[in-house]
Amino acid sequence: MAEEMRIVLRNMGKIDPLKIEDYINAGGYKSLEKARQMGQEALMEEVKKSGLRGRGGAGFNCGMKWSFSYKVQSEQKYVVCNADEGEPGTYKDRTIMENDPQSVLEGMAICGYAIGANKGYIYCRGEYPYVVDILNQAIAQAKEKGVLGDFDIEVRMGAGAYVCGEESALIESIEGNRGEPRFKPPFPPVIGLWQKPTIVNNVETFANIPIILEKGADWYKSIGAEKYPGTKVVTLTGDVNNRTVFEVPTNTSIRQVIYDFGGGIRGGKKFKAVQIGGTSGGFIPESMLDTPIDFDSMTVIGAVLGSGAVFVMDETRDIVNVVARIAGFFEHESCGKCSPCREGTKRIHEMMEKLDAGQGSGGDLSLLERLGTVMTKACLCGLGQAAPSPVLTTLKNFNSEYQAKLN
Amino acid sequence: MADYKEIINRYKDLPGGIIEAYHALQREYSFIPEDSIAYAAQVFDLPLAKAYGVATFYSYLKVGERGKNVIRICESAPCHVAGAKEVVNALEKELGIKMGESTADGKFTLEFCECVGQCQATPVITVNSKPYGDITPEKIPGILAAYK
Ligand SMILES: Cc1cc2nc3c(=O)[nH]c(=O)nc-3n(C[C@H](O)[C@H](O)[C@H](O)COP(=O)(O)O)c2cc1C
Ligand code: FES
Repeated sequence: MAEEMRIVLRNMGKIDPLKIEDYINAGGYKSLEKARQMGQEALMEEVKKSGLRGRGGAGFNCGMKWSFSYKVQSEQKYVVCNADEGEPGTYKDRTIMENDPQSVLEGMAICGYAIGANKGYIYCRGEYPYVVDILNQAIAQAKEKGVLGDFDIEVRMGAGAYVCGEESALIESIEGNRGEPRFKPPFPPVIGLWQKPTIVNNVETFANIPIILEKGADWYKSIGAEKYPGTKVVTLTGDVNNRTVFEVPTNTSIRQVIYDFGGGIRGGKKFKAVQIGGTSGGFIPESMLDTPIDFDSMTVIGAVLGSGAVFVMDETRDIVNVVARIAGFFEHESCGKCSPCREGTKRIHEMMEKLDAGQGSGGDLSLLERLGTVMTKACLCGLGQAAPSPVLTTLKNFNSEYQAKLN
Repeated sequence: MADYKEIINRYKDLPGGIIEAYHALQREYSFIPEDSIAYAAQVFDLPLAKAYGVATFYSYLKVGERGKNVIRICESAPCHVAGAKEVVNALEKELGIKMGESTADGKFTLEFCECVGQCQATPVITVNSKPYGDITPEKIPGILAAYK
């Protein structure tokens, strides 16, 4: 039986999240102090050495990203915490912020010191006004205690646009614009918010930082998968017995997540499919369940770890129907800036609805595959590039489901 | 009710603050009054088209009237398979309106939304952003009673 390992959620249930004293008594803000003693370069080296890679989906080495902003000369730089959490099936960032907001603030302040930024923003999705309240209280307490030094943090609310989780769209939104992704390069660490060097990291990434400094890079690197070390907070949804949140080492297998932590399939039914990483993730069949959940192992099987959402479907679920619904999501969330995404998500949705209604043909399947492949290459941002993934992976791994519904 | 001008003015010195101003309007009225957009454009020194463009880009923001209590039903995949459709049917029946409509007394509006991050308890609805989970048709009258 695999066991949970709480690093990011170390304080969950143990401290009162609205009492900064509790966090400080549990060793909080010692890492920020330590960071300042280490100096900027040694600090970034330590974060780099820990092997921590972004927990927002792209899996980029965190210390390395920070060093890009550090190297740019600028009188103003920014730290942005991505708390947009729009990927359906995901509620891990909410869990972290609700249970231990100070760890996120401390992580941001450490990043601020590393790159030379004195201003941070938390971009929290508009659907979480109750989390915004918690964050504002936590910031007020940190200011009152003076623990953040000259580092200032402000919360900004998203307003229900999935694409605003994409870092350059998020930046546009903080600037008060429509949340349309920017052309890259330049990347945000060099030219970001208000044209200044900006580090955007996920909530979970920041929450990992204080403990990495407390226990050291070598300790962190020894946990989980070699190339994507540490833990991952995963959220289970769908047809499992325990629909809940867990933190597991990254070398845990998908099967362990579903059966050991999720308690298996509900109602004694059989497993059919699991979609990992949120609604843009691939659909995974039974034969691949022994794959570890780390970033690279998931890529090998044509899937993603993404946000760590684990959506389980039992034998009674209609895959074509579920993918049709997902296709509707992407049509709705496409921002419309680039045509492969704006038109492609619409056509995919149209064809999926037709197939779901039992009116599709074999020709639709090959069209879907061709359109999906074009979108993965031609779309401007990750939204359009990943949108066809549920379609393409089900055409591959669950083809009989489509065949059964053809006209 | 506070005047929309006064609400918008509170944010005028906040860089990029127009979205925060729209949120504040919505907290007060449950929607963004159509007239307030021209005023927001003036305060934030933007072309009117741009102020509209921002307000209409975001699905959490609604320009023009809607009910005092906004009920949103999550239709993302986890809620979809957990029975969002039955919840929709029950809400439509209870309120006597269709999705996207408001009750004649102006008390309720029904809207679809995507995942609200409460997927440990699918299917999920929110009333004025407050989440209610593990919804069954039987639970609906009890939840609505608190807002009547
Ligand atoms: C459509 C889209 C949505 C995204 N949504 C999120 C999100 O909700 N939260 C997040 O942290 N990253 C999201 N990302 C990834 C961000 O662009 C970015 O890579 C990430 O915030 C970087 O932080 P990290 O290095 O700590 O992972 C999204 C990307 C795309 C393309
Ligand atoms: S899928 Fe409905 S709340 Fe997340």
